[in-house]
Amino acid sequence: MKRRTFLAVGAGLGGSLFVGWALLPPRQRLMPGTARRTPSGTVALNGWLTIAADDTVTVVVPKSEMGQGIHTALAMVIAEELGCAWEQVRIEHSPVDAIYNNISVVVEGLPFHPEASGPLVRGVKWLTAKSMREVGVMMTGGSSSIVDCWMPMREAGASARQSLVAAAAARLKVDVSTCRVENGAVVCGTSRLRFGELAESAVAHRPDRVALKAMSEFSLLGKPVPRLDADAKSRGIAVYTGDVAVPGMRYAAVTLSPTFGGTPREYKADVVQRMAGVRAVVPLKGSHYGDAAGVAVIADSWWQAKQGVDALAVQWNEGQHAALSSADIAKTLRAAALAGKGFPFRSVGDARGELTRANRVIEAVYEAPYLAHAAMEPLSATVRVTKTSAELWVATQVPGLARAAVAQITGLDTDQITLHQYVMGGSFGRRLDVDFVAQAAAIAMAVPDTAVHVLWRREDDMRHDSYRPAAVSQLRAGVDAQGRLTAITAHSAGQSAFQMTNVRLGIPLVRFMPDRTTADGTSDQPYEFAALRSAHANVSLPVAVGMWRSVGHSHQAFFFESFLDEIAAALTQDPVAFRASLLQHHPRALHVLTLAAERSGWGQPFAESPGMPRRARGIALHSSFGSTVAQVAEVSITDQRRIRVHRVVAVIDCGFAVNPNIITQQVEGAICYGLSAALDGEITIANGRVVQGNFHEYKPLRMSETPRIETIIVPSMEVPSGVGEPGLPPLAPAVANAVFALTGTRLRALPLRLPAEESTS
Amino acid sequence: MSMSQSANDSAVNSIAVDINGRREVLTATPDTPLLWALRQHVGLTGTKFGCGMALCGACTVHLDGVPIRSCVTPISAIAGKRVTTIEGVSGAVAEAVHAAWVALDVAQCGYCQSGQVMAAIALLTESPSPTDEAIDRAMDGNVCRCGTYPRIRAAIHQAATALGPSVPASTARERR
Repeated sequence: MKRRTFLAVGAGLGGSLFVGWALLPPRQRLMPGTARRTPSGTVALNGWLTIAADDTVTVVVPKSEMGQGIHTALAMVIAEELGCAWEQVRIEHSPVDAIYNNISVVVEGLPFHPEASGPLVRGVKWLTAKSMREVGVMMTGGSSSIVDCWMPMREAGASARQSLVAAAAARLKVDVSTCRVENGAVVCGTSRLRFGELAESAVAHRPDRVALKAMSEFSLLGKPVPRLDADAKSRGIAVYTGDVAVPGMRYAAVTLSPTFGGTPREYKADVVQRMAGVRAVVPLKGSHYGDAAGVAVIADSWWQAKQGVDALAVQWNEGQHAALSSADIAKTLRAAALAGKGFPFRSVGDARGELTRANRVIEAVYEAPYLAHAAMEPLSATVRVTKTSAELWVATQVPGLARAAVAQITGLDTDQITLHQYVMGGSFGRRLDVDFVAQAAAIAMAVPDTAVHVLWRREDDMRHDSYRPAAVSQLRAGVDAQGRLTAITAHSAGQSAFQMTNVRLGIPLVRFMPDRTTADGTSDQPYEFAALRSAHANVSLPVAVGMWRSVGHSHQAFFFESFLDEIAAALTQDPVAFRASLLQHHPRALHVLTLAAERSGWGQPFAESPGMPRRARGIALHSSFGSTVAQVAEVSITDQRRIRVHRVVAVIDCGFAVNPNIITQQVEGAICYGLSAALDGEITIANGRVVQGNFHEYKPLRMSETPRIETIIVPSMEVPSGVGEPGLPPLAPAVANAVFALTGTRLRALPLRLPAEESTS
Repeated sequence: MSMSQSANDSAVNSIAVDINGRREVLTATPDTPLLWALRQHVGLTGTKFGCGMALCGACTVHLDGVPIRSCVTPISAIAGKRVTTIEGVSGAVAEAVHAAWVALDVAQCGYCQSGQVMAAIALLTESPSPTDEAIDRAMDGNVCRCGTYPRIRAAIHQAATALGPSVPASTARERR
């Protein structure tokens, strides 16, 4: 066979196999590939729950708990469909298995507009979902956990319920229709059989067809159920990675290259080696996972290790980026944004043509800095490596990839590696990277058979983050002779967080796909513009960037919602009325907007008291992760010209509200995290180094500057959508718009700082 | 009380302290921060490491009833004193704070909450019905990145209400 013919036949055969595979329904997500090992007397009815003889229901959760309350929410989904008592429920992290792959985050991340729903779009989504079931990864992020687990976990609970009912009916020799579940037991007439008594026999009664409850029958879902972890977390007994005492464990501290790409040149290994408690001084090469080169010290206690690191007095080879500065980066980003090139993520009408025909063009350039995640718990991981196995104690958003990183660093197979997952002391996207895991594995290899707990200092965590990308956007709007908005163009520039993260994680193919997240927040908003062009130019820079709570939305919302306010002001329209005029065919978003205006007292005078500084309100509306949030911020300016936010009214439409208590918590949290960034958040680069190291330099929001927050959840029976991130994007523009309303000064750069010389008249 | 403090910080000493009502002998260099002695020598891991510079309050414990940052307090400074951690704090105020924290679902990631709870107990012990300004002053050193501040404030007020008015209003006003 000629080579060409061979290839053609091969391609044809491969193609038909692919088509054949593609036509099959997606594989189930109920039963894991490897049967779950359970203690004796405990039965796994499927991959999502086990039932013990004492009636304890253990919900198996594939999602990481980083504070967002997902463990409670997912347990509610199982408990609702299963029909157990809430007090019976416990939580356990799932192992790594393909049934737990995050399908939704990939499907929702496809570069389609949220409203696109043609047959092609549906087909691509279906095929992507099916593929991710096979080759995807376990991942907590993208506000996707409820979306991703909603159906599989409802089905898992319902399937188990049907099995238990069938087992009870068989045992009592009655028809299943005479039986029902009630608070963790099956009741058939006057007989009552506890789940614990039925679990063993229920295995043989798995239903062919799963019968879900109607949403109108929910008795637990939709209620403000208290969090399962509230008690442990207020008594200091929740277990984080650093709280695990592995027998014989040693501790390591690290010092990492202060410049991007630098390496250690010389250091006092001999001196440190002789220090009390020090076991080893380990040079670190760094890896493609993103961990920098440096030196680790392993000691009997972390304090000794940290003192060892301080005594190393490392001299560094600075590498080729030692001259990099924030000013250079800003110049590069501005040039790229103003060049107007970049990938067009959305083109409606002929926006650029409309601008040339416009009677008047409004134009502005917006900027946002790098941001650190700065979770409260500095990064850590514990690893023990033997000749034939490795064990990893860690809190990660990507357990499968964390395990793969240990495999690659140690040369072991993934099935030789055991991963123990813990709750996180915050993450905000940081633990989507596994640099600290790869590094811990490399360090542990220096002392085989010994568990090593590697803990970063705050300064390591701050200066070796994967930052929210700095970005610049040029926004232009055309207005016709009648004073109507005719077109908007948004041309932004910045690094691609999604691509850089995936390259680090070992999924480099995404480099060849446009990164939709870079333009998220301009390309995907519900507004009805006559013409819109949203494009983003990827810029390559040595600073590591990654996924930061709400990703592209975090800065694009500030740019876009501030600019919409500029247009409203230029057209002398009220900011709420102007936005409402652009949402006439989007009733859900319009409702969120008008409700926020109503509840905040928009347009009403403030209750004045003597000596109270003048206040003003600003509004922003933003859709992200399937949900829509509007916020109204009330601000004043202090005598020191600092912005003070007094009150934020937030309205969220996230579809069916699984747990209103946790949704409210997340909106409050997103507002505080967003306000922290809006008022003070800024990572700067000087001489190739990250300047900020600790909380005196990268200032977090504190109690005294926290506003009163009122959260309103729109009642809905739509499918639930994202909650962890959507509360963040509208905060900065709402505050900036309020500052404009109060002072007439338009702040176009984050963090929001009023120029000293202007008066507040 | 055995305490043999050396001028040489690298020499390992034994320092006896009262931790949560138990006598503990800490064997470490005198400059070892109390935080690490608690976490790694005593095995009390409820007290957390956040910054190492007394900037975030995650490591807050009580020393003779007063809130301190254990990450910058060397064990040489605490010999003979009474240390109370989140694991050992008790009494009516502690119970009221804990109950309010759970009732209002304060915690998110929970990492800072040991420090927040210890700071709140110290505040309410000192000032049983604190104003918002007093709460700001007492709690501003405790960072929470999840944004639980509104609930912490509400929980402190709720705990104060549960504890009842045990201090004359004039005293409360003085503290403003």
